[in-house]
Amino acid sequence: MALFLLYPINITLRRGTRWKRGKRGAGSVRGFAPYAESGGGAPGQPEAKLEVVSLSLVNNLINGVSLGSVYAIIALGYTMVYGIAKMLNFAHGDVIMVGAYICFFICSDFGMSPILGILAAVLVCTLLGVLIEQLAYKPLRQVTSLAVLITAIGVSYFLQNAAQLMWTSNPRIFPAIFGSGGIQLIGDLTIPYKTLVTIGACLVIMAGLILFTGKTRTGKAMRACSEDKDAAQLMGINVNRTISITFAIGSALAAVAGVLLCSAYPKLIPTTGSMPGIKAFTAAVFGGIGSIPGAFLGGILLGVIEIFSSAYLSTELANAIVFLVLIVILLVKPTGLLGKKVSEKV
Amino acid sequence: MSDFQFEKGKMVPVPSHSIIPERDLGHVPVLECSHLGVDFGGLRAVDDFNFTIGKTEIAGLIGPNGAGKTTVFNLLTKVYTPTRGTILLNGMDTHGKTTVQINKMGIARTFQNIRLFSNLSVEDNVKIGLHNQKKYSTLEGILRLPSYWKTEKEAHQRAMELLSIFNMEYMANWRAGNLPYGAQRRLEIVRALATNPCLLLLDEPAAGMNPAETAELMENIVKIRDTFQIAVLLIEHDMKLVMGICEGICVLNFGQVIAKGTAEDIRRNPTVIEAYLGKRGAESC
Amino acid sequence: MKRLIIRKKSRKNFITYGVVVAAFIVLASVVSAGAMPSALQGLLVPMCAYIIAAISLNLTVGVLGELSLGHAGFMSVGAFCGATAAMALNGAGVPDWARMAAAVAVGALLAAVAGVVVGVPVLRLRGDYLAIVTLAFGEIIKTVVTNLYVGKDPAGLRVGFLNPDIGLGKGGMMIVNGPNGISGITKISTLTAGFVIILLCLIIIFNLVDSRSGRAIMALRDNRIAAESVGINATQYKLMAFVISAAMAGAAGALYALSQNTVTANKFDFNTSILILVFVVLGGLGNMLGSIVAATVLYILPETWLRQFSDYRMLIYAVVLILMMLITNNAKIRIWMGKLLPHKKEKEGEAHV
Repeated sequence: MALFLLYPINITLRRGTRWKRGKRGAGSVRGFAPYAESGGGAPGQPEAKLEVVSLSLVNNLINGVSLGSVYAIIALGYTMVYGIAKMLNFAHGDVIMVGAYICFFICSDFGMSPILGILAAVLVCTLLGVLIEQLAYKPLRQVTSLAVLITAIGVSYFLQNAAQLMWTSNPRIFPAIFGSGGIQLIGDLTIPYKTLVTIGACLVIMAGLILFTGKTRTGKAMRACSEDKDAAQLMGINVNRTISITFAIGSALAAVAGVLLCSAYPKLIPTTGSMPGIKAFTAAVFGGIGSIPGAFLGGILLGVIEIFSSAYLSTELANAIVFLVLIVILLVKPTGLLGKKVSEKV
Repeated sequence: MSDFQFEKGKMVPVPSHSIIPERDLGHVPVLECSHLGVDFGGLRAVDDFNFTIGKTEIAGLIGPNGAGKTTVFNLLTKVYTPTRGTILLNGMDTHGKTTVQINKMGIARTFQNIRLFSNLSVEDNVKIGLHNQKKYSTLEGILRLPSYWKTEKEAHQRAMELLSIFNMEYMANWRAGNLPYGAQRRLEIVRALATNPCLLLLDEPAAGMNPAETAELMENIVKIRDTFQIAVLLIEHDMKLVMGICEGICVLNFGQVIAKGTAEDIRRNPTVIEAYLGKRGAESC
Repeated sequence: MKRLIIRKKSRKNFITYGVVVAAFIVLASVVSAGAMPSALQGLLVPMCAYIIAAISLNLTVGVLGELSLGHAGFMSVGAFCGATAAMALNGAGVPDWARMAAAVAVGALLAAVAGVVVGVPVLRLRGDYLAIVTLAFGEIIKTVVTNLYVGKDPAGLRVGFLNPDIGLGKGGMMIVNGPNGISGITKISTLTAGFVIILLCLIIIFNLVDSRSGRAIMALRDNRIAAESVGINATQYKLMAFVISAAMAGAAGALYALSQNTVTANKFDFNTSILILVFVVLGGLGNMLGSIVAATVLYILPETWLRQFSDYRMLIYAVVLILMMLITNNAKIRIWMGKLLPHKKEKEGEAHV
């Protein structure tokens, strides 16, 4: 111990070359997955340096919003399930993976239309979600949330390992189901179709969910259950059915998110879903867990922060920066950006 | 009135429109609130609350539901920070103090919805109340130094003494959450007393008790005041209890004091009757 | 009325000590008799490390009552600092056991520092928000360690971040090599060392819980507002429990690192945190013996008995995990178990009335 302390320690916290902006080609982002090369923008030509910088900025913003939209869709599923069942459904990320595999097999192996693939993925995931809820979570409705959390982790392990057994851990390359082209805006700036579809899908889903929970009978039942299950039951709401419907919706969203995620980052392995799952969960907390607009806002912000920090600061540290921002936000607003402040009655 | 009789002290007015018992006149009042107020958003939960409690007075705070009685307790113990006004405890300003510091300065309280450490034993609950009375460092505790054994023994004896106020020694090893309702309320009082307060705040101590239990509680509150020589401020809806033992009573409605005085004054006050029974009820009285 | 009574803690504590000592004596004699397969023997020290991690997390989750999803981060700090210390002392003429002790002490100390850094902001939050921030810190620690470069040359230790070029002098040696972690560790941690640390941690936790500070910590768990109203400083005692827990996890990390050839930051990721949490929840919150048994069984099981299922190993593990949670939380089975084991009745009463 004493000998160890005698060692002088020289700390060289040098800014490495990779911190410098614009070293890599504009708009190429490696932070998320190795196949993330996307978007246009040629590496810096000396004459048009300023243009390239601003072009790459716009490009990164688009990529960020696109990735953020995927996070937002996953986060919406997380937040709905959390809101009603008060549990952190760690298996949600793996439902994404299952959805992506189903779509992959339909489109790639059977060569059928992508729309059919997406529909099949949504159908299978919905059934899977309800099945998981019935078998694993329903018997635990009355016990501590910690026990349910561990069960959710067990389900997550199960899905990952089952996928590994059925589909092996060899990476599959997800087909470009939305085509490889894009809409050319000004000059070199092109928005790929998949990005447009992703952002569009996210907006439609969010609007749909807000309308659903606000206007429909089932949606109102969901809100009632998330406030107080016992009271809702006394008012004649079928709590079990409502929770099942919530899981079904959340899992369907996960399937959509899986397809969108893999069309942007096409490497598909049995653990594909886990990191986006955790990040989307972070996004849901970021925006205030239980809140639908919060999940949307949190997802978009998280995606933009991640893409920007890996493009302009450091690819290696992108994840750490995302989590650091989360911590700072929660310290300033302890219940997330749009979360309700719940004060305990004394 | 119940069989239980209590001789009221003679009340004397003091400059801040409050009254304190004659015997406490020579001492600094234990609590002096002036122009105390708090806003929640736009709502004035408590406004211009002035109240003085003598050193050994039993005072009551009454009023209809939602009048702001518990909020006053929360202001006194700094669960909420007052928006306006000052609180003097034994003549010392409590501005900027935290709940923990307020307790160390001498205010202890119980809660309307019982807040015990329900997974711990009754004795441990009282020992937690003794936290700042019987001290030793964490390291002494982990290393089991002699000071640990000595202080623990003292704490055990003191806890048993305090439990004996309500004859609860035999429950010492029971799990607090499993106690009957009345015993839980009593344990909360014991725990508060363990912190060696000079002012005890009781939030509806008789809620859910039957008349016999309430009468026993009244006796015990007076006994506690006499043995520990402390002041007691209580919130209670049971008028028999309030009128029976409180020397000074303050009536709140919509966050404002509508009457102050002895039990007799309050009983006759038309504003109070109106607040409780409504205008028509008051007319028919 | 008997079921309402809380049994004396000391008896339960002595049972725990007894089980640990007996298990050590049995294991040590089997090992010294040479009757243990070498594959299993290599698992013993990591098993001890996971047991320590589990009981330390039980202090946070069971005693303090805050869910932590980033406990592996503290193990990581302990592992890397401890292994660096051990390697820095290598060749300085220090006996192995002293190097080992120094490594564990350095690991625990620096993990405690990390515990303060993480704990001060984290403990201001509540419930699931607290859990997610510990998860975030766990990931941050992982990322930082992945990009850390430490080397040793005659002038002393050199540290670099994000940049492998740390300017090592002549005769210099890389210790922590970024994403490749630490390699070439001499395995100096022993079963005896693991056993001693487990016992020390148990003594600290049991003595803490049954003392003034421990009661304050449990009071905060049961009812924070009431605890503050009787003059208990919430921040101080929460931080105390959190830091002690982090320091123990650091010791576990150092013990673990010195039982392996190579340690990388990815070893201590979110999944490891979850694994430790599973030990704690299955063993029972606040129940140290439970954590020890759960950690032992669940660590050894996939490596030994489940081996025969080869590819299906982890799938069966997942199913076992789900079934265990369903069974242990099923009211009917609990009542039935209570009838079967009369002394268990008491506990049922404690938990459910």
